[in-house]
Amino acid sequence: MKIRAQIGMVLNLDKCIGCHTCSVTCKNVWTSRDGVEYAWFNNVETKPGTGYPTDWENQDRWNGGWIRTKSGKLQPKQGAKWRILANIFANPDLPEIDDYYEPFDFDYDHLKSAPEGKAFPTARPRSKISGERMQKIEKGPNWEEILGGEFEKRSQDYNFEGIEKQIYGEYENTFMMYLPRLCEHCLNPACAASCPSGAIYKREEDGIVLIDQEKCRGWRMCVSGCPYKKVYYNWSTGKSEKCTLCYPRIESGNPTVCSETCVGRIRYIGVMLYDADKIEEAANAAEKMDLYDAQLGVFLDPNDPAIIAEAEKQGIPQDWIKAAQESPIWKMAMEWKVAFPLHPEYRTLPMVWYIPPLSPIQNAAEAGAIGMDGAMPDVKNLRIPLRYLANMLTAGDEKPIAQALERMLAMRAYMRAKSVEGVTDEAIAARVGITGRMIEDMYRIMALADYEDRFVIPTTHREQVEEAYDLRGGCGFTDGNGCSTGVSRGSLFGGSKKPLRMPQEALR
Amino acid sequence: MNNFFFGIYPYIALAVLFIGSAARYERDPFTWKSSSSQMLRRRQLMIGSVLFHVGVLVIFFGHLFGLLVPHEIYEALGIHAEAKQLLAAIAGGIAGVAAIVGGIMLAHRRLVDPRIRTNSSFWDIAILLMLIAQLALGLISVPYSIATAEHGEVILFMEWAQGIFTFQPGAAEHIAHVPLIYKLHIILGLTIFLVFPFTRLVHILSGFTAPVRYLFARKGYQIVRSRRQTPPSARGSNPQASAKQPAE
Repeated sequence: MKIRAQIGMVLNLDKCIGCHTCSVTCKNVWTSRDGVEYAWFNNVETKPGTGYPTDWENQDRWNGGWIRTKSGKLQPKQGAKWRILANIFANPDLPEIDDYYEPFDFDYDHLKSAPEGKAFPTARPRSKISGERMQKIEKGPNWEEILGGEFEKRSQDYNFEGIEKQIYGEYENTFMMYLPRLCEHCLNPACAASCPSGAIYKREEDGIVLIDQEKCRGWRMCVSGCPYKKVYYNWSTGKSEKCTLCYPRIESGNPTVCSETCVGRIRYIGVMLYDADKIEEAANAAEKMDLYDAQLGVFLDPNDPAIIAEAEKQGIPQDWIKAAQESPIWKMAMEWKVAFPLHPEYRTLPMVWYIPPLSPIQNAAEAGAIGMDGAMPDVKNLRIPLRYLANMLTAGDEKPIAQALERMLAMRAYMRAKSVEGVTDEAIAARVGITGRMIEDMYRIMALADYEDRFVIPTTHREQVEEAYDLRGGCGFTDGNGCSTGVSRGSLFGGSKKPLRMPQEALR
Repeated sequence: MNNFFFGIYPYIALAVLFIGSAARYERDPFTWKSSSSQMLRRRQLMIGSVLFHVGVLVIFFGHLFGLLVPHEIYEALGIHAEAKQLLAAIAGGIAGVAAIVGGIMLAHRRLVDPRIRTNSSFWDIAILLMLIAQLALGLISVPYSIATAEHGEVILFMEWAQGIFTFQPGAAEHIAHVPLIYKLHIILGLTIFLVFPFTRLVHILSGFTAPVRYLFARKGYQIVRSRRQTPPSARGSNPQASAKQPAE
């Protein structure tokens, strides 16, 4: 058994209001630079829709993630190592920038510099790549916002597989939900596996997946390897970039920018202990519907004394074990089983999980037609089809999704009985296989969602990973040639070297 | 003049190639990349890039073995000078046509497509045009080379190249009297070596090493880096050195 700790995230889709605050704050911090204008380390999609980049979930088209071969071997879907190398001159699975969107800005200056004319001046769009005028903006990072566009196109959504989808194009039957997405920091990352340079790695201490910018050579195999399309090629620097899980913040015990700024308080961050020796077996489960259960089997119970002893022996710090015991991720994924991995069928063992959203009752208009399961509505009558959520979160297995939705409905019924009628109804909890005590915990963490309950993040043990003497007199983060301030012009080798500037100089 | 271009210039070019590449790798690894523009425009690249790269690789290894393997080995294998020159001209000619077609497709795309043109550096364009010119010079010499195969000029080039690599003072003399087209080809080739470290061509070195590491050095697929494996006291002062990557 090889015990490792992983920082994981859960997003409670039941509470997401689709405000995009996460995306915008992330963009402002990380990707407001040349070459990654089009890249959104965090984006929020309206579902059903084809998403960003278009149709990303369809791996028949993009060949991302892993497959189990006929002989039972696990390999990247875009091919084994030699196959990936054979594509090194031109990668057939790489999206073009138009599959995301052509980044643009507007000629704002024209609004004040235009000469007097008959028509009011307008700010017309201009491409951020070529600098040329764009006649029409044909795509954006959020093109299907609130079901924008015709159903015919949106219904290409991969999650409609096995669903008679035509009725959902009708106004009375339509449904929607938001899906915020970021890098999954997978236990079995397909991007890292696809990188011929070995530039992408998973950090052992916290499981964050990063790209070494100095080792990346721009072969672009990670972009096509990632089934979530969350590795982005910076067309200006020629290197790939991805979500870093805001590791400088995580290391100091702070939540990521997207989580910190989430106004709906839907995001949770915590530690999960897992057995690294079980990863390959779990990712290689024979049936795709077994993959969700297989991933659950990789996690280790942080309250089990044997696990605690072994974790200590393997060097997991005490406060990380304690954080794992208090982890909201563990509670939601393992104890209450209300959170699920995004597309487990990609076999990457993703670590950003989702609580499926409840939705209004489909046939409420038809009086008396509402299927009731005791005091609670039958989850099969919810407006968002169970199968749709199952295709997204459990590779098509509806039972775990139904149970999660029932538990969330039970939580409402139980708490309503308790706070309105003053009755503690254990029967409600028992019917969904949990206890009243658990429901009250669920209520505290999922509904009230205090900051301390959402984010249980132990700090990195710097004393274990760096020598204070090495850092003494260092210059911290620089954007130039080490600590040197002598270089001010472009580098001989084509990189731009910026002189070190003090903040007050930059402001001038 | 002859001695400068074929006796001294090779050493200048090779010295800049090796020292410059090492310096860039060491001092500025962030700029070491293939600079792909596939994401900006897929059209023309899929075919152009494969033709160009495969063609150039065949030619590169053809030159490498053709020039540097001692002639005795070819003789022992029963390949005489005339046959060798024909072989080189025909195989090189086919690969050269593939490479130049691919190169022209890539150049057209780079110069005409506004997305790529705007984001091309001076050297991105210059090195591509230099390579196309070099391919053209090589191809122009092919018919001549086939027609004059019985002269066995290929031997002269082998003696020159092997003379350079074994530090023979009079190496330049071997090719003092070969036709101008060959001389231009050699001078431009050496110039490409000279500018190599300052262009995107450095990705060739990674292109040769990455597959070896990926296929043979990396066990399995995953890479996990640990900063915690050894206690700080045992790691020495360089934190980078301890960031080794135990394969999973």
